[in-house]
Amino acid sequence: MTTTAPQVDKKRGKRGGVLGNTGLYLAAGVAAFLFLIPFYLIVRNSLSTDAEITGQNWKLLPSFQWGNISELFNDPTVEFGKSLWNSTVIAVLSTVGTLLFCSMAGYGLARIPYKHANKVFYVVLATLMVPTAVTFVPSFVLVSSLGWVDTYRGMIVPGLFSGFTCFLFRQYFLGFPKELEEAARVDGLGYWGAYWRIVVPNSLNFFAAMATITFISGWNAFLWPLVIGQDPGSWTVQVALSSFMTNQTVNFHLIFMATAISILPLVFVFLFLQRWLVQGIAQTGIKG
Amino acid sequence: MSTTTTRGVAQPAPAKASPARPRRGLRGNPTFNFWLFTGPFLIGLAIFVFVPIVWSIWLSFFDARYTVTPSHFIGFDNYKQILTNSGFSDSLVTFTVFAAFIVPTTWALSLGLALLVHRLRFMRAFFRSVFFLPTAVSYVAAALVWKMSIFTGVRFGLANTVLGWFGVDTVAYLSNPSPPWYWLVIVTLRLWIQAGFYMILFLAALQNIPAELYEAAAIDGAKPGWQTFRHITLPQLRATSTAVILLLLIAAYQAFDEFFNLIGQKATWAQTPLMELYKAALGTNQDYGAGSAGAVILSLLICLVTLLQGKFMGFGRGDESK
Repeated sequence: MTTTAPQVDKKRGKRGGVLGNTGLYLAAGVAAFLFLIPFYLIVRNSLSTDAEITGQNWKLLPSFQWGNISELFNDPTVEFGKSLWNSTVIAVLSTVGTLLFCSMAGYGLARIPYKHANKVFYVVLATLMVPTAVTFVPSFVLVSSLGWVDTYRGMIVPGLFSGFTCFLFRQYFLGFPKELEEAARVDGLGYWGAYWRIVVPNSLNFFAAMATITFISGWNAFLWPLVIGQDPGSWTVQVALSSFMTNQTVNFHLIFMATAISILPLVFVFLFLQRWLVQGIAQTGIKG
Repeated sequence: MSTTTTRGVAQPAPAKASPARPRRGLRGNPTFNFWLFTGPFLIGLAIFVFVPIVWSIWLSFFDARYTVTPSHFIGFDNYKQILTNSGFSDSLVTFTVFAAFIVPTTWALSLGLALLVHRLRFMRAFFRSVFFLPTAVSYVAAALVWKMSIFTGVRFGLANTVLGWFGVDTVAYLSNPSPPWYWLVIVTLRLWIQAGFYMILFLAALQNIPAELYEAAAIDGAKPGWQTFRHITLPQLRATSTAVILLLLIAAYQAFDEFFNLIGQKATWAQTPLMELYKAALGTNQDYGAGSAGAVILSLLICLVTLLQGKFMGFGRGDESK
């Protein structure tokens, strides 16, 4: 019994006992309740009338004003549909571009035996030291002198060359089984062929994780789209939401409906792709 | 042809016209292929990362109001100007206070959540999802909920409604710098968004702790709970903790979205360094010189913090062994 006891203990949770478990679940339940409050508020307010949101008496459930959705999209003063479209285009193209450039570079740095590869790697590493948010002033200077203000190009291209994403791909490819590539090389494929036909198809999990992370940060980005999007027609969802807050006339129900719609795609991504996402985040080498 | 080779992972593809050996010439040449793979990325990196950085450093020594191609060299005047501009130096203080709050609280909360979720037997995936879900929400959207629903300064807000049940007067959370209730708003918002992400990192690390360590400790008579946590769990999480603290510090330095949306640019309190840079470079003055000088100072500070942390806590040691 002495030898098996720890095994059993581990399976039953370290405290075992009904009491310990009740405490655990109570704590988890309270925390979960607190974490869910903001989601509840978004949904409740988005389906309420302004009077219900700002009224004295707290109503738990809204009166389910589904008309708020069409009212938001038909409101000529906010261009919300346009901003959704802008965000979609920017997030999708950023994701595709970032994966393409960063994965190729990561593979080159990790696997192609070139004698100066390490020096090139240090050049990439050096860019990690300069935080991207701090470079927005110089980047704005560059992008505006290229005449890219208010354009998709200006929103997308400068963000594609992420030293960090490249670094993560390199770390991943270092751990990719060499045998698969060697077999492909023996079959007569060059590096290029082996990469696209063997390496990429066998790395889809990691690509999916990185795509999800890149898409999320593209969709949620605020500072850069705020700086580049000066004309309301080029606003992203986040910039549009922010402008609602500072507007003089406050339509609470529309603001919350817009918020709800803006987070819906990502909540879907989180709930359905969670396994990849969690795996990807846990795998990305940050765990040290 | 493509079908045979993609299936070729498991089964050798039928012999083709080529010899079964890495080829000579461009296809097999490592130098050519290295540049083929890394070239596009490096060119982009040069244009969109290195050029702006160098340009910015250059601009910071010139009088660059309303222009990005200035001709009047003024040495360190931009640096003097932005450092003596009380907004920027105040914002550095704001950041320091903010980081001093948010880094330890997020570290503790995310570690706590990870330990909690790790020990759950049923519904573990459910709780993990709930704590992780806020990561999906942008700071802008969260700021909107915090400002317009939870911490509104008027009666109908959630926080004031709850306080009202206990007979407490309405609190104006955001529009008044003293007492600084806005810290509560900002810190809770960031905790809510960040904690789940770092919880995932801690969960991954917890799963990697060998079970034998706990078994050995149990045999040595360590009591489960605090003793085990202090002498086994915490030391085993050291590498992750270090990385988490570094990421949290950098994220705190870069705070912009929620401050911008909760406090706004017109207020004189709670302005972060990035908000000051935004005002300097893109506000009414369009002073790219001062903005660039501020960006250089901030970058140097972040590098310094990173290096210092690396020196004291050994960041990257774990990476070397990989």
